[in-house]
Amino acid sequence: MDVFTDPTNIDAYVSGFLWILKLTGASAVCALLLGVLLAAMRVSPVPVLRGFGTAWVNIFRNTPLTLVIFFCYFGLYSTLGLSLADDLNLNNFWLGVVGLSVYTAAFVCEAIRSGINTVPTGQAEAARAIGLSFAQTLRIVVLPQATRAVVAPFGSILIALCKNATIVGTIGLIEASTVMKDLINSYGNAVIPIFLVFAGTFAAFLIPTGYFFGWLANRLAVKR
Amino acid sequence: MSTSSVLYDHPGPRAKIRNTVLSVVLGVGVVGLLWWIYSKFDQAGQWEARLWEPFTEPATWTQFILPGLWATLKAAAVGMVLSLAFGLVFAVGRLSDRWWISVPAGAVVEFFRAVPLLLMIFFVFYGVPFLIKGPVSAFWAVVIGLTLYNGSVLAEAFRAGIRSVPGGQSEAAYAVGLRKSQVMRLILIPQAARAMLPIIVSQLVVLLKDTALGYIVAYPELLQRGVNDLSANYGNIIAAAMVAAAIYIITNSLLTALAGWLDRRTGTRRARRPRQNRTVAADPTVAEPQG
Repeated sequence: MDVFTDPTNIDAYVSGFLWILKLTGASAVCALLLGVLLAAMRVSPVPVLRGFGTAWVNIFRNTPLTLVIFFCYFGLYSTLGLSLADDLNLNNFWLGVVGLSVYTAAFVCEAIRSGINTVPTGQAEAARAIGLSFAQTLRIVVLPQATRAVVAPFGSILIALCKNATIVGTIGLIEASTVMKDLINSYGNAVIPIFLVFAGTFAAFLIPTGYFFGWLANRLAVKR
Repeated sequence: MSTSSVLYDHPGPRAKIRNTVLSVVLGVGVVGLLWWIYSKFDQAGQWEARLWEPFTEPATWTQFILPGLWATLKAAAVGMVLSLAFGLVFAVGRLSDRWWISVPAGAVVEFFRAVPLLLMIFFVFYGVPFLIKGPVSAFWAVVIGLTLYNGSVLAEAFRAGIRSVPGGQSEAAYAVGLRKSQVMRLILIPQAARAMLPIIVSQLVVLLKDTALGYIVAYPELLQRGVNDLSANYGNIIAAAMVAAAIYIITNSLLTALAGWLDRRTGTRRARRPRQNRTVAADPTVAEPQG
């Protein structure tokens, strides 16, 4: 197994997974902020905002992420000349973050909306009865309870986001899946070890993450 | 809370005025945003008629888009059938009383759920040819990847579905003398399948979208034929991407509508559940956001 003793390969492996980690982190923050905003729009009393939120969710949830990222690169960058960084890798990285964020935000929004639906009607009715406004009802009464219900879906969204980060390889970022492809092409005699190391790294991080979110969701669940 | 309107009172005179004002202001904002996007593309010359004219010619559709859509649907259909079989086998395997069946089945399901689909497609497409000393077609690379990933997701869904069938059902089945395999086959799976139907259809949406990964290994699906190859001929990559996106959105919206319809149809026959116990996972519209 001389594949993983060569320092250049180790460096490629490490930098590939570092890109995945950075993509996941940056996109998770952006998608969360955007998703909360979209969810607030979707339940708001203003029809225009509801329409905007609904359109966003329907467009991005039904478009393949590959196409979204493809469009970020060829549409935003190549055609419109939107450059997000001088460095080529960094530019591809931020284009990938834009694509991952707008896509994942649609799922975050839907998870929050479902979470709001799990809060019993009486809670919001009681809040309105004591004279709270829409924003207060949402902020003080509904969202704190809904947050507990969305822990589990947020866990699966985060895991999916981390896996989806590999798709940014399409636009030329040398992330983990591209590194694996290159290594397979150079070391045809060690195909299975290479796959097991790369897939195993994902599994080693994501399976415990899944159990952690399951445990957390159970712990935080509103007992009714 | 089935409707969001319980979050706010029925608008009175002041709220109506405020909502109207907000609607107008924000409406202008949204229109402005759309106009800004439009003018940006206009500056780049993306609305020129020559870029959009190819879509009025039949050859564009018969040579690029429809064959691409057909390849997408074919991969999705084959992937779905194999995923269902994979999911059923591993769900039953994981529920087995014999540890030497349930532990490996659980490990396989957990592993393939955690590995990115693209990694599996790359492994099958670039790696397996070294092992079998022969080429693997892009179609099978995509289908095998889709099967392993979606099959594992479905296996977990089936397992949850089988476990959600009330315990009295299997107790009654054992009481009338059915064997374990009969209880599973005749009593548990039919009831679980009905409850799982909406989740199966929404997984189909995920699967259909994931076929776009075939583009990366040059499988001639919608993104490859309808965007990449088409724009290579006409130089209209933005227009082609927008048309392809519209086709994906329409196809998937139809499938989502089907899932909602199935949920309403099967919902009445399902054992009644107390409303408070409704969990997010029971909402068929929340699918895993895989590629």
